[in-house]
Amino acid sequence: MNHEALAAPGPLPAVFVRDLTVAYDEKPVLWDIDLDVPEGTLTAIVGPNGAGKSTLLKAILGLIPTAAGTIRLLGETYSRNRRAVGYVPQRGTVDWDFPTDALDVVTMGLYGALGWLRRPGAKERATALERLDQVGMADFAKRQISQLSGGQQQRVFLARALAQDPKLYFMDEPLAGVDAATEQIVFEILRLLRSEGRTVVVVHHDLETVRETFDRTILLNVKLIASGPTEAVFVREKLQAAYGGRLAAMER
Amino acid sequence: MSSGSQIALVAVAAGLACSLAGVFLVLRRLAMVADAISHAVLPGLVAGYVLANGPNLLFGFLGAVVSGLLTVYLVETLNKTRRVTSDTAIGLVFPAMFALGVYVISRYFPNLHIDTDAVLHGEIAFAPFDTLALGGREYGPVSFWVLGGLGLFNALVLTALYKELKLATFDAALSATLGFAPVVLHYVLMTVVAVTTVGAFSAVGAILAVALIVVPAVTASLLTTRLNQLIPLAIAVGVGSALAGYGLATLWNVSISGMMASTLGAVFFLALLFAPARGIISQWSRRRRQREEFATDVLLIHLATHLSTPEEAVESTLLHIERELGWSPDRASQIAVRAERAGLLQARSGSLQLTQEGQARATQVAAH
Repeated sequence: MNHEALAAPGPLPAVFVRDLTVAYDEKPVLWDIDLDVPEGTLTAIVGPNGAGKSTLLKAILGLIPTAAGTIRLLGETYSRNRRAVGYVPQRGTVDWDFPTDALDVVTMGLYGALGWLRRPGAKERATALERLDQVGMADFAKRQISQLSGGQQQRVFLARALAQDPKLYFMDEPLAGVDAATEQIVFEILRLLRSEGRTVVVVHHDLETVRETFDRTILLNVKLIASGPTEAVFVREKLQAAYGGRLAAMER
Repeated sequence: MSSGSQIALVAVAAGLACSLAGVFLVLRRLAMVADAISHAVLPGLVAGYVLANGPNLLFGFLGAVVSGLLTVYLVETLNKTRRVTSDTAIGLVFPAMFALGVYVISRYFPNLHIDTDAVLHGEIAFAPFDTLALGGREYGPVSFWVLGGLGLFNALVLTALYKELKLATFDAALSATLGFAPVVLHYVLMTVVAVTTVGAFSAVGAILAVALIVVPAVTASLLTTRLNQLIPLAIAVGVGSALAGYGLATLWNVSISGMMASTLGAVFFLALLFAPARGIISQWSRRRRQREEFATDVLLIHLATHLSTPEEAVESTLLHIERELGWSPDRASQIAVRAERAGLLQARSGSLQLTQEGQARATQVAAH
């Protein structure tokens, strides 16, 4: 835990990771990752299937055990800084048949601010409705969540993270399998969050849209292949190193 | 108070306590855990018997709760090895726990009389004979006070932790990241289920306790898509079925607990068939309607495609439509008649012609 950078003067970057290793049954799925994500940037995590992209997010957020490593979010350990960090998980991680509506799911984003035992009231519902409106879903507030399309469900998740009002966002594949309207709204929200000075880290699968939207890119394949400004990372040999032969197939 | 109304009170209390305990259990898709706990409490009851040196309500309770929670823990630990699935883990753990109880009893207490009927069916009919006596006065059946107290306890836990349980059930990851300790909440819920099972066990038996916990919540989830309506509905189903079951059992002079479970089963079955949105019958008629609407749209689009073309005369005969769309003659005429009734087309001398409305509908459908 006594890493030199932790002792060094000056503020830490928004996301600070050193020597992070995650293993399932002694088989490493993330190997000695070092990362710096500066505050106020949009960062994409890209890499082939099985590269450990979602695992990296979950490890940073303490949702899975780590074998080794130091993690600081906004200069603190995550457990001391939960309220400042928002997480948009993959859509498939929850039970969409759960008996509730879109507004209620967004209201859940405000539970952290409420704390134990206190119930959400009219103020929380009003905030939640504003966030739904922000993602173009106000008309669906009272809709049972299983009745929403995949893109709409993703937007509800995004609205829930907006309701949390964190300084730092982690989003796991928010653009996987969504419609064009949702994609546009997600990109708009990402740019809005950056303009408000927030930091957003997104696991992303679509290489084509990385260059035009994200300031920085983390290229991952179990090990860290490259990390930095997108134009410096998005070069042929680095992509080749991450994707191997699969890159040629993608370029056709 | 008559013994009949005392039994009815015990039934109401059991219905209330159990249906409350079942709501989040069912939403977490852990209904089988109730079954596992109901069997696995036996070694705990025995341990309580040993510690208290005889039958003792409090010690029996504590022992049963500890062995219930131990069961849940063992199931999860076994599941985490990822060598067995969770249903297999349940199937492995609870017979082992039950067997441990049976072994200890037969080895060390060969003279202890365990009434298997009471274990399986409970003894709600005998509830009035075991009354709470304080300072020389009697205050009704002990099982009423136990189950009523559990009902109150469960209501308090669910009310106080409603938001937290809802979040942990819907999205455990968010619950963890917001600092709401989903693992702690899980064991709180399992404690609720364990104490309720033990409390209901003595009154209504192991099998019915499971039915009273699981069936009301499952039935309610067929009837509503709102959690805040689901809970009162589950209570209504649990209490209503328990009371109705008691009434029917008196009427027909059959086992009370058996009749309570049968009533629950019947109510569930009715909901499965007739629930307004999620029932089998309403779903079936909705699918049928959608299929017909779709077939009508296919027909309209076919007619619209050939509208004002040289082939129109040929393409719009019923015979041609049968052949081209691959429909049976019955189906083709059925759909055509349906569309005609809706004012979407007109049949003139064997040929189908779109009305203004039909053309508008076809354009609208094609635009999607």
